[in-house]
Amino acid sequence: MSANNDTIGKTVTVTVLLCVICSVVVSAAAVILKPKQVANKDLDRKSNILAAAGLMEQGKSVDELFAQITTKVVDMETGKFTDAVDGATFDIQKAAKDPELSVVLDRADDKASIKRQPKYMPVYIVEGANGDMDKVILPVHGYGLWSTLYGFLALEEDLNTVVGLGFYSHAETPGLGGEVDNPMWKSSWPGKKVYADDMMSPEIGLIKGKVVSSTPNADYKIDGLSGATLTANGVTNLVQFWMGKNGYAPFLANLRAGGA
Amino acid sequence: MAKTQEIVTNPIVANNPIALQILGVCSALAVTSNMATAMVMTLAVIVVTAFSNLFVSAIRNHIPGNIRIIVQMTIIASLVIVVDQFLKAFAYEISKQLSVFVGLIITNCIVMGRAEAFAMKNPPMASFMDGIGNGIGYGVVLLFVGFFRELFGSGSLFGIEILPLVTNGGWYQSNGLLLLPPSAFFLIGIFIWLIRTYDPKQVEKPEYEMAPNTKGAAH
Repeated sequence: MSANNDTIGKTVTVTVLLCVICSVVVSAAAVILKPKQVANKDLDRKSNILAAAGLMEQGKSVDELFAQITTKVVDMETGKFTDAVDGATFDIQKAAKDPELSVVLDRADDKASIKRQPKYMPVYIVEGANGDMDKVILPVHGYGLWSTLYGFLALEEDLNTVVGLGFYSHAETPGLGGEVDNPMWKSSWPGKKVYADDMMSPEIGLIKGKVVSSTPNADYKIDGLSGATLTANGVTNLVQFWMGKNGYAPFLANLRAGGA
Repeated sequence: MAKTQEIVTNPIVANNPIALQILGVCSALAVTSNMATAMVMTLAVIVVTAFSNLFVSAIRNHIPGNIRIIVQMTIIASLVIVVDQFLKAFAYEISKQLSVFVGLIITNCIVMGRAEAFAMKNPPMASFMDGIGNGIGYGVVLLFVGFFRELFGSGSLFGIEILPLVTNGGWYQSNGLLLLPPSAFFLIGIFIWLIRTYDPKQVEKPEYEMAPNTKGAAH
């Protein structure tokens, strides 16, 4: 330890050297590991999509399973397919913040409390053996109690029966609202119907307590989450919003009519 | 050699960074709701404390006194970013759960505290060992807290079901409080109590003696 460490010259030299070395190390790590991180993100997104449609299989790789899925992009205004953006790289969260790619929702229309809705949404189509559409997987999101829940809702080929619902990102209270991740609760979704008569206004939603055979409209109702009324309302709202006229209803109508 | 061993083992019980030095409590609340995240966090902190001590100590004779904190900070921050990048590349699921808390290792007082208190005055190898020891000391508390929180909060350990939950058709009604951060306060408190019962030297002298009862105090 010598006193001349505190001279201006030494201070500047040490600072500059340290900064250069540290920035080289940090940028090297970032650049070298980037491809691996991108691959991880992609894998994560694909496995969430597969999980929502109940297509996950033991012993098969995610990429292998994802090969049966076609990614397309829907223009939310017309409800038709579009090539305006690339579905594989389209980021819903980023698009919702970009004025170019999203629209502001009216208070009255904004059931899911998302404020801005992307103009385009990627959809994932599972093709059956003869090339027909077998299932369609739709990304959905909306506000719960503490956080925006992001997930996927998968429908059968009749575009009315639910195959499954799964959330891949949320910050609800563990043990209460966090129970949206509980496999027991998620298993109450498959087989439920979204629409009754009006194909523009979805009937599906959560109720208080358990759904039993005597519950009115039992086909359209899901068990509530005990101790998590606000999260449960959020889930009902987001599903109804995305299946409604501002959501995928026009797109589904086009599909039913023979193509989008 | 005995001294090196002492540098590593001392911070585990005798001079535990959380229990005695009361450093780094914030992150101990956040990442202990299950064992897997607690384990990864432990490893990340061990790596960061060990290497930041090593590098700080290696250049300790050249660090100008008036910018030493910034120099330590730069080294620590760079190491944390590298660790974060590695987690994102090789343990994506867990890094998603740890989210912001890996980045917050930068502000973990243990790392900075050891760099300033130990590495600035000791040779690199001893500092490296001190970093490992303190990292383990931090980890022991994390794993202790994580064990109870995951076992009684979610009925599992490392994600493997031990107590079947009522919600999954079992018999165990989970304790929701344990999944929330405040429960870690109670568990850390109990941990400190256990350590001080085992090693009464750590009990601080009371700062204020309670005034004796006036009548009884006459003699």
